[in-house]
Amino acid sequence: MDDGKVQLSFTLPVPNGAKGREAARKLVLSWGFKECEVVHSTVLADDFSMYVAYAKTEQSIDYDSVVADEASADASMDMEAVDAFIKEHIGRKIVVVGACTGFDAHTVGIDAIMNMKGFNHHYGLERYTGIDAYNLGAQVPNEKLIDYALKVKADAILISQVVTQKDTHIHNMTEFVELLEAKGLRERFICVAGGPRIGNKLAVELGFDVGFGRGTYADDVATFIVKKIVEKQKA
Amino acid sequence: MSTKLHLPKESIDHARQLARAIASPVVDFIDKHSSVTVERAALRLAGADGANPDGVPVPNLVVDQLRAADPTMLEDGAVLRYVNALVRTGDSVGALNARVAAGYNVAQQPLVDREKIVKKAAELVTTAADRIKGNRAHRELKQEEFHGRNNSPLLYLIVATGNIYEDVKQARAAASQGADVIAVIRTTAQSLLDYVPFGPTTEGFGGTYATQENFRIMRAALDEVGEKEKRYILLTNYASGLCMPEIAAMGALERLDMMLNDSMYGILFRDINMYRTFVDQKFSRMIDAYAGSIINTGEDNYLTTSDAFEKAYTVLASQFLNERFAYSAGLPARLQGLGHAFEMDPSIKNGFLYELSQAQMAREIFPEHPLKYMPPTKFMSGDVFKGLAMNTLFNFVSKATNQGIHLLGMLTEAVHTPFMMDRFLAVDNARYVMNNMEGFYDDIEFKKDGIIVNRAHDVLTKTISFMEEVEKTGLFDAIEQGLFAEVKRPKDGGKGFEGLIKKGPAYFNPFEDHLKRELGLER
Repeated sequence: MDDGKVQLSFTLPVPNGAKGREAARKLVLSWGFKECEVVHSTVLADDFSMYVAYAKTEQSIDYDSVVADEASADASMDMEAVDAFIKEHIGRKIVVVGACTGFDAHTVGIDAIMNMKGFNHHYGLERYTGIDAYNLGAQVPNEKLIDYALKVKADAILISQVVTQKDTHIHNMTEFVELLEAKGLRERFICVAGGPRIGNKLAVELGFDVGFGRGTYADDVATFIVKKIVEKQKA
Repeated sequence: MSTKLHLPKESIDHARQLARAIASPVVDFIDKHSSVTVERAALRLAGADGANPDGVPVPNLVVDQLRAADPTMLEDGAVLRYVNALVRTGDSVGALNARVAAGYNVAQQPLVDREKIVKKAAELVTTAADRIKGNRAHRELKQEEFHGRNNSPLLYLIVATGNIYEDVKQARAAASQGADVIAVIRTTAQSLLDYVPFGPTTEGFGGTYATQENFRIMRAALDEVGEKEKRYILLTNYASGLCMPEIAAMGALERLDMMLNDSMYGILFRDINMYRTFVDQKFSRMIDAYAGSIINTGEDNYLTTSDAFEKAYTVLASQFLNERFAYSAGLPARLQGLGHAFEMDPSIKNGFLYELSQAQMAREIFPEHPLKYMPPTKFMSGDVFKGLAMNTLFNFVSKATNQGIHLLGMLTEAVHTPFMMDRFLAVDNARYVMNNMEGFYDDIEFKKDGIIVNRAHDVLTKTISFMEEVEKTGLFDAIEQGLFAEVKRPKDGGKGFEGLIKKGPAYFNPFEDHLKRELGLER
């Protein structure tokens, strides 16, 4: 306990062998670790090799000063609670529109949040009695998504971005917010971004109300939306 | 083949009859139609290639010229006007391509004697056929030379850097680590482009553009590493989308060995018009059949969108339909890589037995088909240790049921584009499992009335009642009503509908005629 031990694995562009292992050990030490033991090495290709190493660090940080960058509340309501909350505090069905925007073809995230079935025993938004959910699928242009949201009088728009190569998610998300602002519609909708590499901080910086990352379920998204609607009603 | 599941032969035969009945009206529709990409594929086989300064490919220029001149001109087939221009100008194919790229309009040239066109076209057919037959012969020769050196099932690895030259490095490393099949995944959204870009490419999102030049570059690299490793390394690309037949044609010309090609994937998962997709898939499969290229169908997609346990029957139904459409395009069973996947929720009690049952069922119902088995993706998480364990079970099922093509699962599936190390660990795990249980398939039998046997019977029964419903409804209507993958697609909706062409009475496509003759599809 509290021994500072860390497990590492990595690839080096050098041949496997005694020299490679020593290079790996020195490299780990150069990162500030105090001890390092290379427990395994193997050849990957002619000039590439892989290492498993254990090292020890003496660094520590102040836990109390840590602020989490995750919107998924540890105490999100479940489906029944959200539906009850909608009945009691909103008094009408709420409308949610979602899509993978731009060229992103990976619907696994938006499907996990929206599809009836949901994911990992957390039902998707389509199952909620208090929510009309429209999942527009993949590769939806931002413009089309906004038009659709207007048509169905959406309360919230969900944008899923899985592909982050070359920062394409940032371009897509920025364009979406700019389009809304240009049309004077930003305040009309609650804007939610999601994806395995989307942080709350990033999403808020880009002009969204919230960003949900890895491990998010429909419960988290629904809880955020209904609370935000009530907050907006009061404002 | 000995049966372990004791599935009733009458039920399997009945399902095949249903597939035939379901496909039959669709095939009738297909045979009366062409599409812009079918025409462009024929042009590509004739030699149309290159692009204008704006990057518009020559096959698109030709088809667009014909459409613009007269919307009915394409009903005669695009090859007619292309060959007419060759005869008129006396150009070589290369010279005509350059001329078209510079603005020459083939639609404006009066037609010469049809006899001359037919004669010239026959020469072009022979040139293309010789090249494709040569590719096939080369593949067979190499596979004979390196016989017994590949893994069984074939280990299939994906590379996807966006840059073909980087892909080559990754692919070389993967092949030398033990991969038998390299797939270059396409850039996101290429399936929705109604053209195939030209030349080598170094920019892509989540993958690399499929271009003929990229095919050639990767083919050369894999041949080189194959010689060194004494294994024939198969090259795969992705045809499904708006350019199915063109990508098949390019693959045939550059000796690709496998092609992702599903009869309904584009409709359900990419919102491509259903009529267009059915027309496109047939011509593309005819080309694959002639080139000896194995198709890989996309049943795994049903399981990533819906629940793999509850919707297992949709996979089997789709396999029957893909098989039927493949036969009607002249593809023999040994070129039908029907797909399925290990995608059940890992928390299901006895999930492993159900996966084993599903894979064994596919093996027994499709005994000669090189089944393509896909790894867990949906329930992979940042817990890479659990991910590795799941991949190990997947490897076990694959070997235990003698699958044909094994797409290796990555422990970092849900985290990032695989590191070189991740691919190594995947190959290493698969080889460990497969060597360790080499004789398992021949040695094991399942308990009669046990969980595995009962599950297979149950899925087959559900499949048949589902197919009966589809047969009663009609395939086009069934898709419109959302019977497949819980996705509803209107008949005249979706992308690419405007690219559908009704074949005229004088429709001219000597490549299609040749393929039909060679594949024994003449009615």
